[in-house]
Order: sequence, then C-alpha cells, then structure tokens
Amino acid sequence: MKRFLGFVRKEFRHIFRDPRTLGILFGLPVVMIVLFGYVVSSDVKDIRIAILDHSKDPTSREIVRKITSSGYFIYAGDLQSEKEIAEVFESGEAKIVLMFGQDFETRIKTESTASIRLVADASDANSAQLAVNYAQAIISSYFLSKSEEISLPWQINVKSRMMYNEELSGVYMVVPGLMALILILISALMTSVTIAREKEFGTMEPLLASPLKAIEIILGKVTPYVLLSFVNAVTIILLGVFVFHVPLVGSIALLLAESMLYITLSLSIGVFISAVSNTQQSAMMISMFGLMLPTILISGFIFPIENMPTILQWFSALMPVRWFIIIIKGIMLKGTGLAFVWKETLILLGMTLFFILMAVRRFKTRLE
Amino acid sequence: MSFVINNISKSYEETRALRDVSFETNEGELFGLIGPDGAGKTSLFRILATLIFPDEGDASVKGFDIRKDFREIRKILGYMPGRFSLYHDLSVKENLEFYATVFGTTIAENYDLIKDIYAHIEPFENRLAGKLSGGMKQKLALSCALIHRPDVLILDEPTTGVDAVSRKEFWDMLKRIQKEGITILVSTPYMDEAALCDRVGLIQHGKLLSVSKPGDLRFDEAMILYSFRCKSGIYEYLSKIRGLQGCSSAFLFGDEIHLLVNGKKEAEELERAIKGWNVPALSLKQITPGIEDYFMALMKSEKHDDLMSEEH
Repeated sequence: MKRFLGFVRKEFRHIFRDPRTLGILFGLPVVMIVLFGYVVSSDVKDIRIAILDHSKDPTSREIVRKITSSGYFIYAGDLQSEKEIAEVFESGEAKIVLMFGQDFETRIKTESTASIRLVADASDANSAQLAVNYAQAIISSYFLSKSEEISLPWQINVKSRMMYNEELSGVYMVVPGLMALILILISALMTSVTIAREKEFGTMEPLLASPLKAIEIILGKVTPYVLLSFVNAVTIILLGVFVFHVPLVGSIALLLAESMLYITLSLSIGVFISAVSNTQQSAMMISMFGLMLPTILISGFIFPIENMPTILQWFSALMPVRWFIIIIKGIMLKGTGLAFVWKETLILLGMTLFFILMAVRRFKTRLE
Repeated sequence: MSFVINNISKSYEETRALRDVSFETNEGELFGLIGPDGAGKTSLFRILATLIFPDEGDASVKGFDIRKDFREIRKILGYMPGRFSLYHDLSVKENLEFYATVFGTTIAENYDLIKDIYAHIEPFENRLAGKLSGGMKQKLALSCALIHRPDVLILDEPTTGVDAVSRKEFWDMLKRIQKEGITILVSTPYMDEAALCDRVGLIQHGKLLSVSKPGDLRFDEAMILYSFRCKSGIYEYLSKIRGLQGCSSAFLFGDEIHLLVNGKKEAEELERAIKGWNVPALSLKQITPGIEDYFMALMKSEKHDDLMSEEH
C-alpha cells in the first residue's frame, strides 16, 4: 500500500509540475465546453423579419406583434410588394418575410381559410428552417388561443412538440455529447501518454526490473487520472447546469456513478493504447485518430446514427461514447433511473472489463 | 556464484546480439564487461535483469533462474540502465524517495550504504534531476539503484558521457560498494577502466572473447610493442606502418600509433624502415603494453577470423 501511494504521489507531481498536462487536463474541457456551448449552438436568435401585409387588419397586426415580441425575431420593416422581397434578402436587411393575403381577417371568419406565407432566405438552410419553424409555432399557438373565441367550424392544427427539448435548444444536445467526448479524450489520451513517456525516457526499465507488478504500475498511473477526470466531469456538469441551463432532472448520484464507470472505461482504453505504443507521439496519434474522430463522427454526438449506413451503425455500437451519451441524456434531460439505462450501463461495464483485461494482458513486465 | 551465464544467445531480427556467451562471477566480485558499442553488453544485462528472454541458454542470479524466479531476482537486484533513468521533473530527493518506496524501503533505512555517494549531491537535494550535471545525475542514479541494499548490482555503461574526474570518483565508489559484499557487474566502453575490475570479460559482436584478471593480460613473450609519434600526417603513417612486413597490428592511440611486432629480428628491420622515411619530429620507442593494447590486438584478430569464416 505504501508502495502504491508512493507511486501515486509521484504521478501527481508529474501532473502538477507540467503546465502542458495541467492545461490539457483543466483548461481544455472548460474552453471546449464554453466554445461549443456558445458558438456551435444551433439556436437561432434575433432573426430579422420583414412584413408584407396586404390586408392590414387587427388579426394580421396581432400576429406580427406576437412574432416580433417573441424574442426570436427582430422587426425589419414593412414591404409594399413582392418585388421587394428579393431586395431585402439581397441586402441582408431581412432573413425571412411574413406575408398576409388580401382580407385576411374576413376570410378567416367567413371561409375559415386564410393564407399566411413565410418566405425565407435559405442560403443558410439550417437557420432558414429554424426560423420558419419558430414562426409557424408562434402563429399556430396564436390561433390555438383564438380558436375558442372565434369558434371555427373546423380547424386542423398541426402541432409538433419537441419532447425533452421544447425549444430545440442545441446546448442540451451539445453538453452531454461534449462531456462524453472530453472525458474519453482526456482520460485515454493522458494515461496513454504518461505511460508512453516512461518508456520513451527509459524510466520504465528500472520500474520493470523492480518488484512492482504490472497491475501496481497500471493502477499507480491511473489513480490520479481517475480523481482528476472525476473533477472534470463535475466541472462540466456544473457548467452545463449553471451556465447553459441544461436541466438535471434525474438522480445526481446515478449520473456521477455512470460518469465514474465511463471514466474507468476510458482509462483502461488509455492503458491499452499505451501498451501497444512505445512513444508519446504514437500514443497521442492513436488516441486522437482512433478515439476522437470516431467519437465525433459516428457516435451520434453530431450526426444521427439512424441516418448512417448499416455498417457504420454497427461501428458506432462499438463506441463507448454512444452508450454514455444515451445514459447521460436520459438522466439529465428525462430523469430516467437505472431501470431504463441498465442495458447501456451493462454494455459500458462489459467494455470496461474487456479493456482492463486486455490492458493487463498486453502490459508487459518485460521489455519485449 | 552471483551470476551464472550458460550458452546465452540472443538475436533481434537480422542482428545476432549475443552468441553463445558463458561466464560466471564470484561472490562479491567486481566484474567488468568491456566492449565497443553494439557488442551485446546491454542485451546481456537486460537478460540478467529479467527484462528480456534469451533465445537459447540459461542464466541465474544468486541461484535464481532468470525465467522461473524472475520475481525473486527483481527483489535482490539493483539495476542502472544505460540511460540514467531519472525523473527530470522530480527533485533529487523525490527521485531517491520514489525508488525507495518502490522497493518498500525508506531513505533513512539504507542511508549508510549510499552516504558516500549521496553526500556529493545532498546539497542539491531540492534541485530538479533534469538540472543536474552528468556526473551528479550518475551519482543520483547509482544512489537510486542502491537504495534497497541489493545483493547484486548491474550497471550498464555508468560512466559514458561523464567527465574524467567524475569517472574516477565513480570507480572509487564502486570499490567501496563492493566492500559491502555486493557483487557488481559493470560494462564500459573505456579500456582504461578494465584495470579497475577484479576480472574483465571482453565482448565484441556478441561474442565473449576472453575473461581474465587485468594483471594476467600478457602478450606473447616475443611480441614487442612500439609507440610511434610524429608532428603531422599520422593517418598516412598508420596505413604505411600497416603495410610493413613484420608488423602484426597497428592502432591509433590518441595522437600516437601503437604497433605490435612479432619478434626481435622483425623489430630491428621495422625500426630501420621507419627511420628511412625521414618522419618529421619522429619519436619511436618500445613500451610496455597496457590492457588497451591487449584488447586491441585481441579484437583485431577476432575480427579477422570473423571475416575469414564469413567468406567460406
């Protein structure tokens, strides 16, 4: 035990004396989460909207007021004719135009059909789609509230609801994904590099020739990173909840326990990587390309798994990140308990055991 | 017997690092393994330190087999690899402390053993190991290898890259460690260090050429060794001398040439021939051969044999 603690103390000294390690360990997660959270967030706000109102009656005016006061849109002026639509799009004065037909209010009351047209500048397809969705949502909610007063003979409301993320907030998706990405990167990268460093500097040789067992060397290397990664996980959760207002509906204890499991898995992957690489450089390359790219691309973090070719879907099932994202989204956003994520938890547990076994087997207590 | 090595062979892909090496060391002996870079010294030491397996042959350390009883060997072995394996971002004291805890001991427990060595670097206890000079790193590495009071000590080229004064100090330390009853196996590329060992083994191209006491190294009675010095153009003279009849070998030794002659008659002829060249500022005199000369001669003949056998 004393031997083990001595080893852990040495590892902590390595970590705290190297500004680069500290930077990657604590600076990177915070910078990444803040950058992704603010910049890559897919929310659209302050969309400039122009109005082309041919009827100018109380109902159309009310709808315009609803839209411009929603917080998503900024009133960009009235247009007089359809010809001006292209002009405001080209000049960039507006991104979307809301059009009302002739005698809007009268036609609702008499014919129970009236036309509203939304014209969007789709040169940026994603924001255009979002803007149209927002506007539609506002308009339909307006009619919903009016429907009782007006009492229409028939009316079909197409109502869509985005469960668990009513506002379609990008941050809700990004924070759990980022947490999964950051934890696996830091844990796997840092451990694989630190073990490869001992090999590179030749300090592994006397360690191997000493009475230390393979498992003691591995645990001694990994323990500091378990603690520091856990601090990271907590930091990310706090940032997500308090800065980006991601809800934390489920059990915090379960969330932390699942994070610990995931960290352990990532670390055992790191040890495994270090067992197959002899230099820091190669350990870094394997971690980056073997872990980071698939994590970002096929784990379901950014691109939906359902849209991938079948082969890639199978591949994505091998990504620990995929299962962890399901678990934390479930716990944070839906408040599900272990009863609903036990399958994913079991998969992570299985992967952890597999990699620990592989790491211990591949970690040689000799030089060749 | 501390180290017993029986017919050890080891190959890495194309290169044969060790070829059928056998020798034994006595209890408490300071045994030197001398040979140029790539001779196979490190491979042999790694085999004895249970870090690699030999392809053929077996070996034991203090009676423990290197394959079966490697855990036992690792408890009683002090091993200092070729590169000083120190943590550069830890201080002198932290390095020593770490190796002490790895072996389940403390600095205080075995301080008396390393006192003489560690005293040199103790004033810099809090300095980072990476900021030490070569000599100080070497002393720290030795202290780290000794901190668990091993029964046997393996030192792989401990004096390489260290200044002459530190080298001398280092060998004095080894002598003192030996007095504690620790068997020391040390390798070096420096011939002059051979004289400081109890026995030396000469190794080249993975082959152990000879094992003997430094004092026993003798030439054939009839051989005569000359030292040749001149003002300039020593390389030209080297090839000229090598072309002379009766010269069995000639080597560059610093700024002089050592040349070995087969007998008295040949020596006279050779002296006459060289004097005939009118070498500027010539100094040619008979000298008593040192260990270096012996090794050079031995290596030369071995190389020659190798070439011959490969041609067949």
